[in-house]
Amino acid sequence: MKKIWLQSVRAYDCLTLICSIIKRVFRPGRTISLTTGLFFLNAILSGCTGIWNNPYPAADSGKNILYSAFAERPKHLDPVQSYSSNEIQFTAQIYQPPLQYHFLKRPLTLIPQTASNLPAVSYFDSNDKQLPADAADADIAYSIYKIAIKPGIFYQPHPAFARNENRSLLYHALTAQDMQPVHKISDFKHTGTRELVADDFIYQIKRLAHPGLHSPIFGLMADYITGLREYANVLKRQAEIQPENSFLDLRNFPLAGVERVDDYTYHIRIKGKYPQFIYWLTMAFFAPVPWEADHFFSQPGMAEKNFTLDWYPVGTGPYMLTENNPNRIMVLERNPNFRGEYYPDDGMPEDINKGLLRDAGKPLPFIDKIVYSREKESIPYWNKFLQGYYDASSIGSDSFDQAVQITGQGEATITDEMEAQGIRLETAVAPSTYYIGFNMLDPVVGGRSEAEKASARKLRQAISIAVNYEEYLSIFANGRGIAAHGPIPPGIEGYHEGETGINPIVYAWQNGEVQRKSIRQAQALLAEAGYPGGISRKTGKPLMLYYDVTSRSADDRSILDWMRKQFHKLNIQLVVRSTDYNRFQDKIRKGNAQIFEWGWNADYPDPENFLFLLYGPQGKVADSGENAANYDNAEYNHLFEQMKNMEHGPQRVQIIDRMVTILREDAPWLWGYHPKEFALYHAWYQNVKPNRMAYNMLKYYRINPELRDQKRSEWNQPVLWPIGTGMVLLIVVLLPAWLMYRRKQQQQSIAALLN
Amino acid sequence: MLNYIIRRILYALPILAGVNLITFVLFFVVNTPDDMARMHLGTKHVTGEAIWKWKEEHGYNKPLLYNETAHRFEKFTNTIFFEKSVSMFVFDFGRADDGRDIAYEIQSRMWPSLAIALPVFLLGLLTYITFALVMVFFRATYVDFWGVILCVMLMSVSSLFYIIGGQFLAGKLWHLVPVSGYGSGLDIGRFLLLPIVIGVISSAGANTRWYRTLFLEEITRDYVRTARAKGLSESAILFRHVLKNALIPILTGAVAVIPLLFLGGLITESFFGIPGLGSYTIDAIQSQDFAVVRAMVFLGSLLYIIGLVLTDISYTLADPRVRLE
Repeated sequence: MKKIWLQSVRAYDCLTLICSIIKRVFRPGRTISLTTGLFFLNAILSGCTGIWNNPYPAADSGKNILYSAFAERPKHLDPVQSYSSNEIQFTAQIYQPPLQYHFLKRPLTLIPQTASNLPAVSYFDSNDKQLPADAADADIAYSIYKIAIKPGIFYQPHPAFARNENRSLLYHALTAQDMQPVHKISDFKHTGTRELVADDFIYQIKRLAHPGLHSPIFGLMADYITGLREYANVLKRQAEIQPENSFLDLRNFPLAGVERVDDYTYHIRIKGKYPQFIYWLTMAFFAPVPWEADHFFSQPGMAEKNFTLDWYPVGTGPYMLTENNPNRIMVLERNPNFRGEYYPDDGMPEDINKGLLRDAGKPLPFIDKIVYSREKESIPYWNKFLQGYYDASSIGSDSFDQAVQITGQGEATITDEMEAQGIRLETAVAPSTYYIGFNMLDPVVGGRSEAEKASARKLRQAISIAVNYEEYLSIFANGRGIAAHGPIPPGIEGYHEGETGINPIVYAWQNGEVQRKSIRQAQALLAEAGYPGGISRKTGKPLMLYYDVTSRSADDRSILDWMRKQFHKLNIQLVVRSTDYNRFQDKIRKGNAQIFEWGWNADYPDPENFLFLLYGPQGKVADSGENAANYDNAEYNHLFEQMKNMEHGPQRVQIIDRMVTILREDAPWLWGYHPKEFALYHAWYQNVKPNRMAYNMLKYYRINPELRDQKRSEWNQPVLWPIGTGMVLLIVVLLPAWLMYRRKQQQQSIAALLN
Repeated sequence: MLNYIIRRILYALPILAGVNLITFVLFFVVNTPDDMARMHLGTKHVTGEAIWKWKEEHGYNKPLLYNETAHRFEKFTNTIFFEKSVSMFVFDFGRADDGRDIAYEIQSRMWPSLAIALPVFLLGLLTYITFALVMVFFRATYVDFWGVILCVMLMSVSSLFYIIGGQFLAGKLWHLVPVSGYGSGLDIGRFLLLPIVIGVISSAGANTRWYRTLFLEEITRDYVRTARAKGLSESAILFRHVLKNALIPILTGAVAVIPLLFLGGLITESFFGIPGLGSYTIDAIQSQDFAVVRAMVFLGSLLYIIGLVLTDISYTLADPRVRLE
């Protein structure tokens, strides 16, 4: 090497030396530049498809694959633990709970999934005597949910079910040594399957109480499922006496609250009456889990290689997870054992025009494979979506103007640029609410004596008028949301459109439109509250309020400034107390916050799931519940208790309306807004109907891979002139230097000769 | 030299223990075990019972540093700090709070990090030194003048701009490479191309100026004047003599970072979707996963110490006058 180096120095000039270094290190014998070489290398690696920037293998072109992405790696894929939407997007395709939501019908309608029909519910008194369906809540000691499942449902192929010639399980006596050559689940040569039975649902309900698992709904369900809390203690004792990390066989420990009737029927016993329980049966917490899978993954050597049920789900759903590298890629592939489910043949009247019933009656799923790539940043995601490498995209604030235009009527439509690409926009109001809460335990905004409470109510009402959420949505959310008139979002029972749905404390109905009340009316309320012109009548000092928020980025400072301005309309000084999330939560738990921001995403489409957020016994400080405002109104509490167990219908709506009226009058929250979600879909992405409550929608979607390939090819032809121009530019810049050097060398040689 | 290395390894032990203690204190000043449990259990339906169970399961139900209720040495050993720290010294990093094996994660994530960091390091070193030598070679000409201006311009731009700009030009506008992503086998080449080029360019300004300064200082030395008097060409002087004599400061900056190449780069990996170690620590801090944070800080400290020892050893190779005793 040294020899070549020295020879090169002697033989060539400086620039030739640089080239020789590069050539030697990278491409011996080639005279093309490094950059050009690398880009040609890229072309070769791209499989010479004519498209160089395709991030997927060339062999996958034309295949029936859906391309999506995930920003945050899922923490849990065990159905007993996964609760976040980024986890459920996977588990909902793999696990099949007894029920699901109808794909097309609105309002959301429950239909059977693995169940053969909707569960029959029976009520019993404390003497085990069956009661009629309309029995008083107080008489009902427990309810029985009778669930019958469809026969003929089979699990995905998995080594946990593989059996040998003697019909005994093949991979259930593994040692750490057996596991040494195994690096992925597909390294097990044999797989098997078996039929879904009622015991698998029971096994999963028992897993809610497993001492080694942390089910987020255990606390909630232990209050309802008979014997679940005691069952957790039994399992804990057993886990303590058996060897660490060994298999805890739940089949050996009966749970009082569940009963197997036969292979296809089981009962769940619920304390008292809990009509919302039926919605939980759509979630993976109640999906079947085979004991074989649990045992398989508990064997020695499995956990060390990250082989756990938490990472390798085993289900009966339309898809199975075939690649799980949460740092880079996760792949779902069609479960070959899935059959018997068909695209719905009924929906809403508008679905026919939208082409959503074209596939009616066809067997599901339509897509063979879904590739989720990890994309942590929004900019590359957006660019790849525009190039056709992702089939759908949400819209970030950076790309909003590029994607969406708002018409004179305030309607959001796709821009011409997007339309030219065949991209379409789908919008839906999320079953969520983002609000600002008043801590009712605070003497200023909540009040202590009756007089103080009345005064604080007026103060809250005044602030409710002053904080203009229509303006907020227009400035900070590009109009993606609707100002809330109460805690219940659209699409949920108890939400009313038009004049009947307005909050009369904050709005008035004028000329067929909703109008926010004037700031003068807010000032009048403030004066009635004892703060005329924002000055306290008692102390003579300006009113100062404290707004607790989690740490904000510099980008969000404008939102806080805007909020200060809203309060300033009433001459109230708003002090923003920004803190990290942990401290913020601590303040809320201890009741040390005065005004705070908070939000709630619905678990299920029932008003109870929103109204309980203001139910007195759910108080955050007193009962560690979800009522962060610590609001406690006796009439409201009573109505809530009455409403929560009622069947859907006008009588229930009447009670809900009364509850909402109480809330609007008391204004424990600034009702904030319900976010509206905008999503973009390419022309080849079909059968899309937004549904923010259900996640098992992938089976209904359809892709046209031929159209996608054609568009990708049109949009992504490599542009080569910049490389050539760059090379020419480099030569032009360096040529004079090279000539100068040559001249200098010649002068030195002549001088040497002359000397 | 062996004695020296052994001595340095022994010095490393208290340093690592100290780093571990500081990390522990800093982490738990901000996050209590209750906060960690809440973060992992989510924000809905979290009961005190669930928090207690999570802490017990993950070994966070003990005092942090001092256990008053325990006896004798157990006052110190029966604590979160002791139980979580000792195992690290035998490279048993344990499990992340999501149940994944940390050692397995590190092993699988360090290769993609290295796949970018190593070429960027080597190519960068070659490019910066070459560019600096060319500027020195053409000193006081337009090449040097505009070269320095170019370096200052390159230094003035944030690395994020290079990434976004590079993705926009090469990926989005010219369709030459994938905007982001990662492959397997040979396929990774086309995903690494752009991050490597950007990695080299984004650091070119500062590094080239640094090396130029070194070389300029070196060419004023007596031995250079002697070489010129002997009639050696300028290129031979620069590449044969100056480069060799400037190796000590080059090694000081370069060798110490070699072991740290395993740890990757946060922004680059994040924007290019490279599944490396760069973002592992940040993700862990955000999700309050102390197990991963302490493992990564421990590993970072250890690799840095190794880098410093390697630097010392490299001095003896570059300059025979240096002896490690």
